[in-house]
Amino acid sequence: MLGVPAVLGAALLVVPLIALLVRAPWRGLPRILSDNEGLTALRLSVECATISTALCFLLGVPLAWVLARTQLPGLSLLRALVTVPLVLPPVVGGLALLLALSRFGVVGQYLQRWFGLGRFPFDTAGVVVAETFVALPFLVLTVEGALRAADAELEEAAITLGASRLGVFTRVTLPLVAPSLAAGGVLCWARALGEFGATITFAGSYPGITQTMPLAIYNAFESDPPAATALSLVLLAVAVVVLAALRGRWLYAGSTA
Amino acid sequence: MTALSVDGAVQRSEFRLDLALSVDPGEIVAVLGPNGAGKTTLLRAIAGLSPLSAGSITITGEPVDDVPNRVFIAPEQRRVGVVFQNYRLFPHLSVRDNVAFGLRSRGVARASARADADRWLHRLDIDELADRRPRQLSGGQAQRVALARALAGAPKLLLLDEPLAALDARTRDAIRAELSRHLSEFTGGTVLVTHDPLDAMTMADRIVVVENGTITQHGTPAEVARRPATHYVARLVGLNLYHGQADGAGVVHLDDGGTFVGAGADTSAAGLVPAGRVLVAVRPSSITVHSARPEQASPRNVWPVTVDGLESVADRVRVHAAGAPPALVDVTAGAVAELGLAQGARVWLSAKATDVEIYPDVAR
Repeated sequence: MLGVPAVLGAALLVVPLIALLVRAPWRGLPRILSDNEGLTALRLSVECATISTALCFLLGVPLAWVLARTQLPGLSLLRALVTVPLVLPPVVGGLALLLALSRFGVVGQYLQRWFGLGRFPFDTAGVVVAETFVALPFLVLTVEGALRAADAELEEAAITLGASRLGVFTRVTLPLVAPSLAAGGVLCWARALGEFGATITFAGSYPGITQTMPLAIYNAFESDPPAATALSLVLLAVAVVVLAALRGRWLYAGSTA
Repeated sequence: MTALSVDGAVQRSEFRLDLALSVDPGEIVAVLGPNGAGKTTLLRAIAGLSPLSAGSITITGEPVDDVPNRVFIAPEQRRVGVVFQNYRLFPHLSVRDNVAFGLRSRGVARASARADADRWLHRLDIDELADRRPRQLSGGQAQRVALARALAGAPKLLLLDEPLAALDARTRDAIRAELSRHLSEFTGGTVLVTHDPLDAMTMADRIVVVENGTITQHGTPAEVARRPATHYVARLVGLNLYHGQADGAGVVHLDDGGTFVGAGADTSAAGLVPAGRVLVAVRPSSITVHSARPEQASPRNVWPVTVDGLESVADRVRVHAAGAPPALVDVTAGAVAELGLAQGARVWLSAKATDVEIYPDVAR
C-alpha cells in the first residue's frame, strides 16, 4: 500500500536530477564553463557565499549564545523572529531588505545621508547582505541547539579552575559545540550559494557585480539553454560535495564524548 | 588561621541548608550524609557556584561570601580546587591540557603550564596518560586526573564531591588508600563530601554528619563510629541505637520499651549514668542469643525477643529480633542451627553492661 507513493516520491526527487545529467551538454561543457560569464558567476557565488558564511558566524554565534544561555525578557519572541527568514519566501525577504536598506529605505536613508552608502544594495555587498539574511537562521538554530545541549557542568568546572567568562566560552563551550558549528557553517554556505529570490530582488542581476550562479542560470535559460544546464550541473556537483561533507564523520567526531 | 570557615545558609525553595563548619590547614573534614542532605549544596556554596542566602564563608581569613556585608568573590577568583562527582574532565582536551587548564586560565604560558601539569601527573603516578583523551580513561584513572587538575592550580582549599562514588567496588578500595595518601600531603584544608561511611572513616580527620540541611553530629571518626548520634549514623556504622531516659541510678529506660544497664564514659563518680536523655549503642556482635532465659547473673541486660528475619552478612548471620527493645544480632551460622533460629522463634538476648555504650543525647 505504501510502496506506490514511496516510489513516486523517490522518483519525483531523483528523476529531475537524472534528467539534468542525461541532457547535460557534456560535449560543450569545457567551452561553456571556460566561458568568461560562467566563470565570473561561479567565482562571485563562491566569494559571496563564503563572506556571508563568515558574517553568519560573526553575528550568529553570539546571537545563538544569547538565545540559548540568557534569560532576557522577550527572548521567545526574538527566537520566533529569527526563524522567520527560514519560512519567508526569499523574494519577500529581498523586498523587505530593499524597504529597509535602499536609498529611500527605513534605515537606508540614514546610511545614505550619514555614510553615503545608499548604492550598496545594487553592489556585491547587497548580494552578501541578501545571502546572510537567508542563511543566518540556519546557523543560529543549529548552534543554539548545540549550546543548549552542551554540558553546563563542564563550564562550571572551568570556572572553578579560574577561567573567565570569555575563557569558558572560547576554551570549553566553543570546542564542545565545534561539530555543530561545522554543520551550521556548511548549511549556511550551501543556502547562501543557492540563494536566488532575495538576491535578484534586493541586489539585481548585474553580470560580474551581483549576478551569482543561480541568477546566471536563470538568465542563460532564456538565451542559451545548454549553458543553463551546464551551469546547473556545476551547482549540483557542489551540492553533492556538501552533502558528502555533512554525512562525513568529522561532523560528529567529539559530539559523543 | 582556619583554612575554611562557613556559617551560613542556602535557601532553595523548600530546602534549606543551614550550618556552621570550620576546617584547619592540612585538616581533612568529611561531610557525611544521605542523598539530598545538602552536602553538594554546601560544596557549591564554598566554591562560589551557589551564593549563600544568609551568613558568610571565609577562606584562609578572606571573606569570599558575606551576605550582611554584601561581599561575593566570583568562583573563578576563589582558588578552590574541586573534584566533581563524575570528574567533569574536558572531553576535547588531552589529560595534560586538562591538568594545565587552571594555570592557563590564570595566564601561565602554555609551555610552562604543560610542564607543571606533567609534574602533577608524575606525582600522581599517571605520566603515561598525558596524551590520552578523557574518554580513553578508566574510572580510577579519570579520578586521578581530576585530582591532579584540582591540585595543579595550588588551591587554598580542596573540595571533593563523592570522589569514589563513580568507581566499581574493587577499584574503589585501591583508589581510596591512594587518595587518602595524596590528601594527607595537601597542606590546605580539605572538605570531602561522601555518603559512604568507609570513605569518611578512612580518609578524614574529622566527620561532620549532615542530615536535612543541618549538622546532626561531628567528631573524630572513632567517636562517630562508637557513639552515633542519629539512627542514620548508627545504621551506617552498623550499631543498634536506642533513645532513652537515664534515671540517675544506673538504669536507662528506653523509648522503645525495655531497660538497659551500661558502662558509659560519662558516668558520675558512683559509676552511674547521670539522669537525662541518653543514647544507647550496642554492637550486634556483642549481643548473645539464648534459647531460654540465661540463669547466670553476669550479663545484666537480658530480654525476650521474637526472631523477625535472618540475613547473611559475610561469614555471619544477622538476626532481626523484635522485642523490647528490638535489636540486630550477629551470630555464626553454627549458632543458627544450634538454637534453631527461624522466623517466629522465641529466644532470649543478653548483653554485658560493659558492651553497652551510654552517652548524653545532645541533639535533644
